[in-house]
Amino acid sequence: MHLLVCGGTGCRASESNLILESLKRELEEKGLSSEVQVIMTGCFGFCEKGPVVKVMPDNTFYVHVKPEDAGIIVAEHVIKGRPVQRLLYVDPKSKEQVPDSKHMGFYRKQIRIALRNCGFINPENIDEYIARDGYASLGKCISELTPADVIDIIKKSGLRGRGGAGFPTGLKWEIASKNKADQKYVVCNADEGDPGAFMDRSVLEGDPHSVLEAMTICGYAIGASKGLIYIRAEYPLAIHRLKIALKQSKEYGLLGKNIFGTDFNFDIELRYGAGAFVCGEETALISSMEGRRGEPTNKPPFPAEKGFFGKPSNVNNVETFANIPVIISKGWEWFSSIGTEKSKGTKVFALAGKINNVGLIEVPMGTTLREIIFEIGGGIKNGKKFKAVQTGGPSGGCLTEKHLDTPIDFDNLVAAGSMMGSGGMIVMDEDDCMVSIAKFFLAFTVEESCGKCAPCRVGNKRLLELLTHITKGNGTMADIDRLKNMCNVIKDTSLCGLGQTSPNPVLSTINNFMDEYVAHVTEKRCPAGSCRELMKYSIIVDKCVGCTACARGCPVNAISGERKGPHFIDQEKCIKCGACFEKCKFGAVLIK
Amino acid sequence: MSTTIKIELRQQDLKKIHEICDSFNNEPLELINILHKTQEHFGYLPAEIQDAVADKLNISTAQVYGVVTFYSFFTMTPKGKHPISICMGTACYVRGAERILDEFKKELGLQVGQTTPDGKFSLSSLRCVGACGLAPVVIVGNKTYGRVAPDDVKAILKEYE
Ligand SMILES: Cc1cc2nc3c(=O)[nH]c(=O)nc-3n(C[C@H](O)[C@H](O)[C@H](O)COP(=O)(O)O)c2cc1C
Ligand code: SF4
Ligand code: FES
Repeated sequence: MHLLVCGGTGCRASESNLILESLKRELEEKGLSSEVQVIMTGCFGFCEKGPVVKVMPDNTFYVHVKPEDAGIIVAEHVIKGRPVQRLLYVDPKSKEQVPDSKHMGFYRKQIRIALRNCGFINPENIDEYIARDGYASLGKCISELTPADVIDIIKKSGLRGRGGAGFPTGLKWEIASKNKADQKYVVCNADEGDPGAFMDRSVLEGDPHSVLEAMTICGYAIGASKGLIYIRAEYPLAIHRLKIALKQSKEYGLLGKNIFGTDFNFDIELRYGAGAFVCGEETALISSMEGRRGEPTNKPPFPAEKGFFGKPSNVNNVETFANIPVIISKGWEWFSSIGTEKSKGTKVFALAGKINNVGLIEVPMGTTLREIIFEIGGGIKNGKKFKAVQTGGPSGGCLTEKHLDTPIDFDNLVAAGSMMGSGGMIVMDEDDCMVSIAKFFLAFTVEESCGKCAPCRVGNKRLLELLTHITKGNGTMADIDRLKNMCNVIKDTSLCGLGQTSPNPVLSTINNFMDEYVAHVTEKRCPAGSCRELMKYSIIVDKCVGCTACARGCPVNAISGERKGPHFIDQEKCIKCGACFEKCKFGAVLIK
Repeated sequence: MSTTIKIELRQQDLKKIHEICDSFNNEPLELINILHKTQEHFGYLPAEIQDAVADKLNISTAQVYGVVTFYSFFTMTPKGKHPISICMGTACYVRGAERILDEFKKELGLQVGQTTPDGKFSLSSLRCVGACGLAPVVIVGNKTYGRVAPDDVKAILKEYE
């Protein structure tokens, strides 16, 4: 029997490490330490209900576990074989307890390829990775296949880059392999800049060896002997686990000189990012790895020709790499049978926002948004109404009700005015104002623009100003046209992908929620009731007891009234700070 | 926003900087790694430290300053004893992170990037800490607080009084 404790960032934040210790202690006391293993794994994906503990081999899935539950888990489940009913997941629809993860709606529609080992193995132990066929694909490539064979398999599999743009991975490798040089590099992009996404981080935390194995396979295929992982310094746990993984695979001779006894050498080094979104862009990433400011350069030359230190460099995303070993072991035919015509395989999404089951999911390409949001995600939180889902982060857009049945893949998302991006998926409900969401992303872009080119540096700032203007109730219809025009100019004239896609959140919200923009500028009203400056505060006379708390709290003396009598708010003076609402203990202040 | 702080580098500080630079063979290409290590040691990267690094690597201070100011991970002001970070990732934003940030600003009288005069608290924002299930998320030192409501802010600060 195994007890798996989730060691993903979310569960660790809820102190899952204490659960691990308590379980170990309980087992020790009962003299069971040698028979039952307790393992801290990577993310199970079901972050909403964390901390999660899973009992194998029966797949019993315990949610919201506390350290003090360790005793009962060991006494009841481990010793007597009776699952602890009160810790089981309760299906929100049937209101029944679900005995194991196989029967949970959250997992039923998922296919786990990139996340195959996350939540199953101890990421700090290479033997567990090897026990699940780890490094067998590398062995097969080096001993049975030529580099050209490997590239051919990846090409035929139809794998496209998971870092955003969806460039065919096999083709990228082929280009890099054809460029002749004394030194080439394999670069893993683990910068994960999308604010609200944690896919790559979870793969690195839960299954670091799969990325190391894939990078080595790539090195063999393109003729590189050096690999670099560019990772954010803000990911201490992922860095820690990568360092352990690197050390172990070197000890096992799976990295370093003469891998598998052949003359193939490959080594991997970590390079740290320092918090700049633009460094996810591959040319900026390379300047950053060279110790400079992460400013993008014109392409061509692409990194495959001139990359790190001017040498051919193949840049791929973490999740792209995580797919490689499975494609080699199970074959391209298998991989390409999953997904849609032009997008093969699966995609990992970080599902978050106003949704019941926040978590990390992996679904076949072609799954619809409806399936993701309402079946896997369990629908909208607090019974509210679905409004929009944002994909692609700051480069993407908002999709609405009418896109719910679109099968999602690279091309369909672009056609719908958004993009795949790296896999952030934020669900929004009726209380979210779409103008504010556009403003949120623009504020992000303005902060993250590297400033090298004017359309992005200046243009996005102007966009943000206009949006702020509108959310304060100062906008006009002409401003909406101005927004659109400026968006198009920025898209067309910016140097790198950041500027070229930064207007997407604005354009897609204008396209899909024009009425909301119009309400802000013509009626000075925020339909979602979220823009503070557009709210109207008033006092419900029947509820007001005349305690004067609001009048004393108002910083501009806009409230008048006698003690013990009803109070009134002077709309002319009100600055909509909300102080009266906070002060009132009787719920007499109405916001509309 | 950031006020300039004048500090005097002690002999041992200078020695530490040189040690760090030497460990990277004084290679300007390793500037970011050198700055990571330096910030790890000193807690922040004031102008005087940047000067010393530039001298040692034989590059201009402007180059060092350019890198320090480009990356948000590097800071030129010391963090508080209890650094407070509010996640402003999209998931936290749609679950009300902005109101939490406003509440902290109000309670502490600080803007993002500032530190209280007594050096106790500093306020910063981050982007997705990977715990979106717990949104909105606040981190104080090494402790993570999940599902924070504006009303919780006072109680959180009290823990560190
Ligand atoms: C502004 C910007 C940010 C990006 N951020 C990331 C990122 O965080 N992670 C990533 O893998 N790719 C990112 N990309 C895409 C990379 O430039 C590159 O296309 C990708 O790493 C290639 O890997 P793939 O083919 O495996 O997707 C970003 C691109 C742009 C323009
Ligand atoms: S588009 Fe923006 S981020 Fe890209 S190079 Fe221009 S200024 Fe820098
Ligand atoms: S957005 Fe805050 S933890 Fe992910």
